[in-house]
Amino acid sequence: MFGDYSISDLGAILAMQGFAGLILFSVYVLMALGLAIIFGQMGVINMAHGEFMILGAYVTWMTSNAVQHTAPWLFPGYFFIAMILAFIASGALGMLVEWALIRHLYKRPLDTLLATWGLSLILQQAYRSIFGAREVGVELPEWMMGSWQATDSIQIPINGMFVMALTILITIVVFYILFWSSWGKQVRAVVQNRVMAGAVGINTEKVDRYTFGLGCGIAGIAGSAFTMIGSTGPTAGQLYIVDTFLVVVFGGAASLFGTIASAFSISQTQSTLEFFLSGSMAKVITLLTIVAILMVRPQGLFALKVRK
Amino acid sequence: MINSRFFNRSELLGFLALAVLLFLILPLSLDIFRLNLVAKYLTYAFVGIGLVLCWGYGGILSLGQGVFFGLGGYCMAMYLKLEASSVANTKIQSTPGIPDFMDWNQLTALPFFWKPFHSFPITLLAILLVPAFFALIIGAAMFKRRVGGVYFAIITQAIAAILTILIVGQQGYTGGINGITDLRTLHGWDIRTDHAKFILYFVEVVLLFGCIVAAQFIRLTKLGRILVAMREQEDRVRFSGYSVANFKIFAFCAAAVFAAIGGAMFTLEVGFMSPSFVGIVPSIEMVIYTAVGGRMSIFGAVWGALLVNFAKTSLSESFPQLWLFGLGALFIAVVLAFPNGLSGIWADHVQPRIDRLLASRKSKSAAGMIADGAPAE
Repeated sequence: MFGDYSISDLGAILAMQGFAGLILFSVYVLMALGLAIIFGQMGVINMAHGEFMILGAYVTWMTSNAVQHTAPWLFPGYFFIAMILAFIASGALGMLVEWALIRHLYKRPLDTLLATWGLSLILQQAYRSIFGAREVGVELPEWMMGSWQATDSIQIPINGMFVMALTILITIVVFYILFWSSWGKQVRAVVQNRVMAGAVGINTEKVDRYTFGLGCGIAGIAGSAFTMIGSTGPTAGQLYIVDTFLVVVFGGAASLFGTIASAFSISQTQSTLEFFLSGSMAKVITLLTIVAILMVRPQGLFALKVRK
Repeated sequence: MINSRFFNRSELLGFLALAVLLFLILPLSLDIFRLNLVAKYLTYAFVGIGLVLCWGYGGILSLGQGVFFGLGGYCMAMYLKLEASSVANTKIQSTPGIPDFMDWNQLTALPFFWKPFHSFPITLLAILLVPAFFALIIGAAMFKRRVGGVYFAIITQAIAAILTILIVGQQGYTGGINGITDLRTLHGWDIRTDHAKFILYFVEVVLLFGCIVAAQFIRLTKLGRILVAMREQEDRVRFSGYSVANFKIFAFCAAAVFAAIGGAMFTLEVGFMSPSFVGIVPSIEMVIYTAVGGRMSIFGAVWGALLVNFAKTSLSESFPQLWLFGLGALFIAVVLAFPNGLSGIWADHVQPRIDRLLASRKSKSAAGMIADGAPAE
């Protein structure tokens, strides 16, 4: 397996695959953060999470088209506008869905899975009807293209670095919101004991709605970031949903820190294996390892101790 | 005594109605193409019956039933493929006697796990035992560690994803994304003719009723009651001294075997098997059929599989755009408004009216008899 490469080659390969893994890690973290909030904090299995992400991607694509046609001078920075719009669109749709669908099902977690699966079918078909079945890709502004030559043999794409920076920023913001803001304290109080939280005067319904909206909004941002490294199709969300759930479950459902740690280990394993094996075998081995570990340690890497 | 009869009156009626429909009405009224479609739908009913036991009664939602459907189907397909690729049929290949896709992928010898499938009895055994064994491993690993509910659903879904990726990726051994195609004969009997399809339909319906009876038997024994008790209050059952894990494993294995029978029949009816019947989407669709039919009703699962697939075919033939909207909306509606599906609607709304109608007629006639009898006195 290692025979054909010299030591410095291997180092460069590891560095570049490591970086490819970091980009994958960023996408996983962005997707999984939203899901960790919705699944880990609220216990709702949102199978339509991928579709919220794709909504963000389509919003970004539309913004890029609109900016190109109406205000080309804005183009280098359109991405930031697109991200905010994606967050708002996905978040608003999320709150609507929570109001119409999810709030009736909090006591039946398995049924949220089925209902949101139905929702994801509807959204997919809606995307197909509105945007067409073909995959679309956004045009990147010039400063994001190209790559940075770290050494002779190591090249790092700039859009990848941008996605990573974005991921770090969003993670910090989410941690801030959940762990320092008073609203975040309310969310965590509702998670740990819904009845008691209601008794001390927290409006649990409102907290639920905004929490769900926040999770979906982050998925929208994830989709926005996703357009920079891949193209978007109506069913692209479904490709990631299982991986994302595994990331969240593997990390320990209620622990955001665990989500990040598990996204890191999964993406690094997969991208390193991908170099030595075929892509599909790398994925199979990664997933099998996760499933095997979950069988031994069902609560995930980092379990939050809560009284049930 | 609840347990004294195998079917109560309404169940017996349901059984007879289904039998008349499947044995008489459909074969007599449909042409062979449509009948074959019905046969295809019914293969999902096998999965549905398994899901009723495991999900409706046991409370274990498995999103990986496609795995077992696929394992059963692939076992059958491997046997049929080996028969179709005899040395005489494949003499143009560089290695005659192995399936064509192996030849295309530069394999020169039959892989070891294909070899047992030369024999028909071993194939039949494998259809039942391979999925059961698989389910035993998954179930034992998870239920012994008290993984349940949502986590079980997600992990089984991941297993469905893994198996699909594996089948697609290992093209030389499995036929890849196209699956195992060009199947011709079963033990020397051509399965592609209309006559064979007609006979296979009846074989399938008989098997289906076998599974219905088996499921009903499981449901009525003490085992079925423990499953329900487990679903409602798992800890109390455990504290009463029952091994919860073992009962769950049994329900999961039984569901897997039912699904595998369905899968094997699917291969026979449709004439090929591919990873698109194994993965996440088909697995969830199988749950949809069960949910629509009613997760607590064995007959409901059969009706659900028939009706949803019928709607799918007719809607997607005429309005391909609308179908996914319809399916999605149906699913949301079933979950939100009718958690017990069609059978729940039947039991809550239709059945009482029929009963009332019958009862009022009976009391009327009883009143009439009294009225008639009165003057004679």
